[in-house]
Amino acid sequence: MATHDSAREIYRGALPAIVVSLVAGLFAGTILGSESMRAGIQSVPGLLLLLPAFLATRGGVYGSLGARLSSGLYQGVIEPRFELDERVAHAILASFINGMTVSVFIAVVAFLVLLAFGEGGSLLQLVGIMLIAGFLSALLMLSVLVTVVFVGYRRGLDPDNLVGPIVTTLGDVFGVLFLLVGVRIVGWLM
Amino acid sequence: MLPLLMALSLLQMVSGSVLETFEETLLVYPSLLVLVPVQIGTAGNLASIMCARLSTQFHLGTFELHPSNPDVRANVGAVLALALTIFSLVGVAAWAIGRVLGGSLAFWQVFAISMLSGLALALLVITLSLVSVTASFRLGYDPDDTTIPIVTNVCDVVGVLILFAVTRLVL
Repeated sequence: MATHDSAREIYRGALPAIVVSLVAGLFAGTILGSESMRAGIQSVPGLLLLLPAFLATRGGVYGSLGARLSSGLYQGVIEPRFELDERVAHAILASFINGMTVSVFIAVVAFLVLLAFGEGGSLLQLVGIMLIAGFLSALLMLSVLVTVVFVGYRRGLDPDNLVGPIVTTLGDVFGVLFLLVGVRIVGWLM
Repeated sequence: MLPLLMALSLLQMVSGSVLETFEETLLVYPSLLVLVPVQIGTAGNLASIMCARLSTQFHLGTFELHPSNPDVRANVGAVLALALTIFSLVGVAAWAIGRVLGGSLAFWQVFAISMLSGLALALLVITLSLVSVTASFRLGYDPDDTTIPIVTNVCDVVGVLILFAVTRLVL
């Protein structure tokens, strides 16, 4: 890389990926702005409070799983086959536990913040919503991530380039969607 | 891993509290709810591009924090051009989707909110990326490991604050 990249080249190279994630972001925003989500926001105190933390967790948990899988593939300690290899199983289990623990933690913190500001809110409701949304996104993210990284690697794609876009795109869209599912199910149960 | 995730969740609660105080306005104008994930996500993307490129230049030995450095200028120019493109698209889309969802904001209002907050975010991304790459270098950390998480998390939190401030200004 003796020559310097021009602004135009960087722009051309980066635009497609940004536009794809823009479309995903607009989907997530549309679910967030939908009538049923707005009704949910109104009826569940603390939902907007935990939203940014919940969405950011997806990147942290599943982004690092993806990075771990792709490093393992390159080092040759993970085979890109869908057998229950011990290393793969451990990596998946660890992210599942991390994801669920952080989801519950977020619900508890959101409840404490509501309590501190005297706004009321139900701990049971928030924990229930986070358990459902956390569990559904874990199932989806783990299966899609492992599939795309393995299949992509076998076809000669660099998994390091696949993980980021998958995690941000699916994480935002389905994070918001599963939050809505959680609100619905908990509302129906309580 | 877990303690780090928990600390970051606590940090994200700051943006959550801003959204919560902003709830009434957000519920009346669905265009604004459409903007929340997009503005923050795009800022994160711009930050990853800028930090990854600057870190590579740092490793190649061509990074130098100076306005006359052609690499720094090319990156800054590209991020600004990307921001102008994306945030005008976002302005149009968020207005149209908001209309469908039953909102009543005028086109110029949504467009102005998207562009102003987007450009403010782009300037924040540029400044933070340059500062964090330089700081990582001075403190002896590899900017590949430190800059992207730092800049994207700060953008998440400050992004909501900027969106809130700009909305206040425009509406």
